Amino acid sequence: MNFSVVVSQFWPLLINGLALGFIYVLISLGYTMVYGVLRLINFANSEIFMVGTFATVIVSRNFFGFNQNTDPLHGFKLVYTLGACLLASMLVSGVTAVLVEIVAYRRLRAKGTNRLASLISAIGVSIILQEGVRILTHSVPMSNPRLLRKAYIFNIGSVGLRVDTLLVIFFAAILFFLVDRFVSKTLLGKAIRAVSMSEETSKLMGVNLNRVISATFLIGGMMTGAAAFLYETVYENTKYNVGFSIGLAAFTAAVLGGIGNLRGAFLGGLSLGLLEEFAAAILGTQWKSVTVFLVLVLVLLFKPNGLFGEAVQQTRV
Amino acid sequence: MRLEIKDLHVFYGKIEAIKGISITVNQGEIVTLIGANGAGKTTMLKTISGLRPVASGQILFDGKDISKVPAHERVGLGISQAPEGRGIFPGMTVLENLEIGKYFRKERKSEMVEDLEKVYSLFPRLKERATQAGGTLSGGEQQMLAIGRALMARPKVLLLDEPSMGLAPMMIANIFRIITEINNTGTTILLVEQNAQQALQRAHRAYVLETGHVVKEAKASDLLNDPAVRAAYLGTGAANH
Ligand SMILES: Nc1ncnc2c1ncn2[C@@H]1O[C@H](COP(=O)(O)OP(=O)(O)OP(=O)(O)O)[C@@H](O)[C@H]1O
Ligand SMILES: [Mg+2]
Repeated sequence: MNFSVVVSQFWPLLINGLALGFIYVLISLGYTMVYGVLRLINFANSEIFMVGTFATVIVSRNFFGFNQNTDPLHGFKLVYTLGACLLASMLVSGVTAVLVEIVAYRRLRAKGTNRLASLISAIGVSIILQEGVRILTHSVPMSNPRLLRKAYIFNIGSVGLRVDTLLVIFFAAILFFLVDRFVSKTLLGKAIRAVSMSEETSKLMGVNLNRVISATFLIGGMMTGAAAFLYETVYENTKYNVGFSIGLAAFTAAVLGGIGNLRGAFLGGLSLGLLEEFAAAILGTQWKSVTVFLVLVLVLLFKPNGLFGEAVQQTRV
Repeated sequence: MRLEIKDLHVFYGKIEAIKGISITVNQGEIVTLIGANGAGKTTMLKTISGLRPVASGQILFDGKDISKVPAHERVGLGISQAPEGRGIFPGMTVLENLEIGKYFRKERKSEMVEDLEKVYSLFPRLKERATQAGGTLSGGEQQMLAIGRALMARPKVLLLDEPSMGLAPMMIANIFRIITEINNTGTTILLVEQNAQQALQRAHRAYVLETGHVVKEAKASDLLNDPAVRAAYLGTGAANH
């Protein structure tokens, strides 16, 4: 145990923890929004993240033709390249999420089967997507070309802040804010909330359930896809099973904040990111994933409604 | 507007809840369905709104069979419902609950202000509570909200499922007065009630349901004086009167 790092490395740990936390926030939106409307844990969301990472890598490698030897980009070219990768990730993940719902959940729902059937179906799709990509990529990891030079752009005290980390925090915060606004202010957002409170009454209001559910999967998937892009910008590689641990962490974040609850996902994601980063520094990096499992188990045991469940009920999806 | 239900059968699994019911609701009427617990009143309204599938029989709305039309499209036809237990969205404000009552309407933007005003003038209390969460309203206020929300859809026929349930006598009188008021502005009403006394006083015609059958159909005023009905459904109601 090394507690002195908490003091000496406080700022970098904080910033890195926040960046990781914001990635969790976006992915946990995928879990939490779907849970809100369907009371279903979409285990396939980790694979929706995974296809998003491949979308980013494939667009920058195969579409733009960049590779490991490419020099980092600048100016307008940098912006539109990153923009294209971001859009591709969001689109691929969003569409995949919608398709997963139609293929794996919709018919079970129409038949009125119980949640266990959907859960098994979720795990099934997850395996199909993961194995599918494993076969296509021959289990070989792919690395993402470094398009953004990882420069330190300014200093807090003696500590430099890296541009990619800041990009993650900045973008994820904006996206979260937009989703939160969308759900609370727009008509479709209100319908999403209505369905999460009562399916039957929503129908009486003229809400087309399937359409609202598709919209929810699309938004949750797009946020997960954005997270995949941000993840690639920082960590720069992916593999068919990249979604497993990060998906589990994001799911833990959602549960920690009270699943089904947008602002809970926000608080849960940031808490978990920070906790992981600091725990790794204090206990050693080998404890990083253990922290996540430990948090998940403890929350499920002692606070199954999440830490912020009560306080943030009003913001339920 | 004319709602005509012919030989309707509805099941929950193997249990037949509606066993061949035929009823008619004409333009401008208040028609009430009364009957004991479990008679099938709620099931009738749910089926008309499309929440329960029709096993056999027809639901004719202006002569067209709508029994296959999905629930969310029936609001658009002009059928809206304030359901049993009110179905308020607890985490939404009063205003949001009202707004979502217009969800399906393309004209929602242009109509919103006008219709909100209409609802607020019927239920001034809702205006005072516009920004309060629906779940924190009192029972009576929730009932007002449920009716107001159903009105936002500009229904041709309004289905009300036990609007007096769990309310104090003053509030019950108030709700029934408003039901008549809504009817006077041209909205047809199909009213399900346990409070047979009040319902029969307000309605034009009535059907008495028993375990999935219609056992009596008459002018409401006649049923009020019917000894059998008085004995079965107006025991306490008549004493209150
Ligand atoms: N979801 C359900 N599953 C199974 N049976 C049901 C269900 N809902 C209602 N029933 C049955 O259908 C019958 C009619 O119920 P319904 O709710 O329509 O009665 P009701 O006349 O509205 O009664 P109340 O006055 O108590 O509201 C009852 O026997 C009831 O047990
Ligand atoms: Mg009932």
